[in-house]
Amino acid sequence: MARHFCSEIPHMRNKQTTGAVPAHGLSGPITIHSYTARKAHRYLQGSRAVCERRVRHSRCSELPLLALTGHDNEAAPGKNARRTHINRGMGMKNRTSFAALTSGIALAVFATAAPAGAQGTPGGTLRLLAKAAAGTIDPHINYTLQYFQINYILYDGLVTFKKAGDETGFDVVADLAETLPEPEDGGKTYTFQLRKGLKFADGSDVTPEDVLASFQRIFKVSGPTAGTFYNGIVGADECLAAPADCTLDGGVVIDEEAFTITINLTEPDGEFLQKIAIPHAAILPAETPIKDMGTEPVPGTGPYMIESYNPNERLKMVRNPHFEEWSAEAQPAGYPDEIDYDFGLTEEAAVTAIQNGQADWMFDPPPPDRLAEIGTTYADQASVHPLTAMWYAPMNTNLAPFDDVRVRQAVNYAIDRSAVVKLFGGSNLAQPACQILPPGFPSYEPYCPYTAGGGDTWSAPDMEKAKALVAESGTAGQEVTIIAEDNTVSRAIGVYLQDVLNELGYEAKVQAISQNIQFTYIQNTNNNVQISISQWFQDYPSPSNFLQVLFSCASFNPGSDASVNISGFCDESIDAKMAEAASLTLTDPEKSAELWTEVDKAVTDAAPAAVLFTPKRVDFISSRVKNFTFSPQFYWIMSQSWVE
Amino acid sequence: MSSVEETDAPAASRQGQAKATESPWATAFRKLRRDRAAIVALAVLVAIVVVCLMAPLYARHVAMTDPFVTNLNGTVMIAGEERPVLEPSTTGLGLGLTPIGPTWEFGPFMLGADNQGRDVAARMLYGGRNSLFIAFASTLLCLVLATLVGTTAGFFGGISDTILSRILDVLWAFPIFLLAISLSIVLLNQTLTIGPWRITSGSLALPIFIIGIVYVPYVARPIRGHVQTLMGAEFVTAAVGLGASPWRILIKDILPNVVPRIVVFVPLILALSMIIESALSFLSIGVQPPGASWGTIIQDGQGLLYSRPAVALVPGIAIAVTVLALNILGDGVRDALDPKSAMRIG
Repeated sequence: MARHFCSEIPHMRNKQTTGAVPAHGLSGPITIHSYTARKAHRYLQGSRAVCERRVRHSRCSELPLLALTGHDNEAAPGKNARRTHINRGMGMKNRTSFAALTSGIALAVFATAAPAGAQGTPGGTLRLLAKAAAGTIDPHINYTLQYFQINYILYDGLVTFKKAGDETGFDVVADLAETLPEPEDGGKTYTFQLRKGLKFADGSDVTPEDVLASFQRIFKVSGPTAGTFYNGIVGADECLAAPADCTLDGGVVIDEEAFTITINLTEPDGEFLQKIAIPHAAILPAETPIKDMGTEPVPGTGPYMIESYNPNERLKMVRNPHFEEWSAEAQPAGYPDEIDYDFGLTEEAAVTAIQNGQADWMFDPPPPDRLAEIGTTYADQASVHPLTAMWYAPMNTNLAPFDDVRVRQAVNYAIDRSAVVKLFGGSNLAQPACQILPPGFPSYEPYCPYTAGGGDTWSAPDMEKAKALVAESGTAGQEVTIIAEDNTVSRAIGVYLQDVLNELGYEAKVQAISQNIQFTYIQNTNNNVQISISQWFQDYPSPSNFLQVLFSCASFNPGSDASVNISGFCDESIDAKMAEAASLTLTDPEKSAELWTEVDKAVTDAAPAAVLFTPKRVDFISSRVKNFTFSPQFYWIMSQSWVE
Repeated sequence: MSSVEETDAPAASRQGQAKATESPWATAFRKLRRDRAAIVALAVLVAIVVVCLMAPLYARHVAMTDPFVTNLNGTVMIAGEERPVLEPSTTGLGLGLTPIGPTWEFGPFMLGADNQGRDVAARMLYGGRNSLFIAFASTLLCLVLATLVGTTAGFFGGISDTILSRILDVLWAFPIFLLAISLSIVLLNQTLTIGPWRITSGSLALPIFIIGIVYVPYVARPIRGHVQTLMGAEFVTAAVGLGASPWRILIKDILPNVVPRIVVFVPLILALSMIIESALSFLSIGVQPPGASWGTIIQDGQGLLYSRPAVALVPGIAIAVTVLALNILGDGVRDALDPKSAMRIG
């Protein structure tokens, strides 16, 4: 997921699993996780004894049960804290080059994942909370993490990301298609064999015609990623120019008899399968109206369907009566009978509701003043997950004083990232960073030119060097306005940046504006934003999703609210290298990965932004939720949890 | 007893003569002084203003900190122990940092720190200055404009009255916070120029302007009605009969009789302004960071309600006390200037 609406999501979710399985969870084919589970069991035996002695914890009796889960994040907080530093995020194309890095990590991550063969109890109702609804429920239009997360269990594409609680969650697997297609014609053609016998929630059959209509609909409803992710399909240019008349003639070719769909691209695209694995490429019935469906549910193929949606009150999901599991890794059957998503409670109230067992999970991050309590009293219900994301401060490379690379570098040198991490909730919730790609991401190689004392990772600010660069630039004394979001963390970071800029000699001020408009506001060059606070969360695990999307010339659209290259950074040599890296994705993945690493370093050196930290996600669940499975791509896979 | 009565009779007579000769203002002031609640309220207000004016002294010599600079890595000595201003959680999952709580000692962090590690007490005093300044300035602007509009509408009547009254209707119907939010967004990259004044997004003039304008109808309407009543009074009829010019009647006869009503509005509008300023600042439309007002401190404390409630409670209490004092004083002033209450007291 990209940044969309993420202003409401200061820290998003990431992986980890918690929850209990019945005692026989240890008697099955235990492999890697058995050792961890037993360690956890021993730890919890001690914990339970302490707990009972204190006679405070009403859930003491649950501790041994938790020990049998193999989830040492619940079992041993100390170990959990270490696990929060585990980095994942292997894109499917570059996993080889990360094998060494991940070999040890995978063991630990797998140890925390849902045990294979975990037995849950179907039934019950999951009660989810969010401060607010996230707008339309049209899967081709909604571009929010909040609804991406539910769309993954409501809808299916030809392919999808594997629903797994480990690093394989980044892998693309066949979904409505029988198998993953091999690229043909040098990567310009993909042929999918559609599974037969699948039905939508309204009982109608899934046919190739639905697939064609769905791809056309992406353009006809002007989907937010139509022009970025799907513009490489033959005929997409015409569709973008005249959405109502979109046919994708020659781009999406169906064979009704053979049940195949052939997609032709204008250029090879090594990330095409990842792009059609997100919910924007969900397959919907061909009869779906060509309009934003708003609050009107659209039938899907997943294990659940939306029964009702009132953005001011509740989104209610029930079982899809026509769903039959066809692939456990693509779309496993769900456990709860019903999933209720209630809107309107504040984060404070949501935490209290979960503590009281009145709700099971909250979408919004817990408020900072409840973190200590959650991390101690309710540690067994909380889990922390590193995210493939970044908080950063884009600097407008076309406006003074940031049109001077020395000034941008000075800001990077001057920022005390450990201080910024404190504003986010401390070192267990964020990791200082100064390069674009987040740790664990494909092509990531530690690099930080902006740290005192040198080294590959950030250790301390270098204010002297920063001041020297500002003096060289001769820009001291200029006015700078920082545009932050009107929420606690963003505003606090803005105020901190103001201090830094003032210390560098500028006259800085902070303007915190509503988080509903801040993201579009800072993108539009007409607003002359000099520096801002923003976040970026991956849509899919590819370096291009950070580097090309955020810092390529093509992503800079002056005068538009949709110019996600907020810095307005455009370096032709770096752009050429990005294009080369992208073109080699299919033919020479290793070379492509190397090039992306070079691009990451080059962009970091050019400093169009000051990367601040890599955030982590705290998930707080009720004590009755079991088998909390956290996918790096989907975050919590809610269909795979059950309630007791 | 009788001798006492005899002795007191001339004194009472003198007092009565004095009452008969003293100005209405002196009478009002005398009555106000006898209103203990109003005097206590006034004393509280004066104390608040004086304490807030001492903010720089407090920050420099007591808190020994700059309350406008983040202090994320700072430490403080408490009971001989050096502690971080932002204390990380060291138990369980080790999540979150908690700002140091109130020490309740006359020194650094008497009221604790906010989430930026800044001294809340020092910010309270600076915040009070901004809150009070905005309240006084907007009240002044509001009363001046309201007097102008209300008097003009009431005195001239006719088309002037119709136009001004409809403008007041529109203004009164406009949601203040919508106006404030709209203006704050528009001014992000533009400057609002009103005559010699230039208002930018972070300027204190913005909340002053918004509050001052929006409450004009609240004051102008009663003034207009009062002026219309006065226009039918005998002394005005007499002035007209004597050939006084309209401007002379307005300045010499009408305005002096309107002023007591305006004075009554002062504490009321001040109280309203305080509340609106806090709300605007809470919504990030008023005082901008790193500046402080009681509203922004409440906003800072909102995220600490559970762990450090003092950060939000203290400015909340300060607003409540100030507004309460202003209201009590307002009641006292109204009673003092009200001829009917004079009849009751007399």
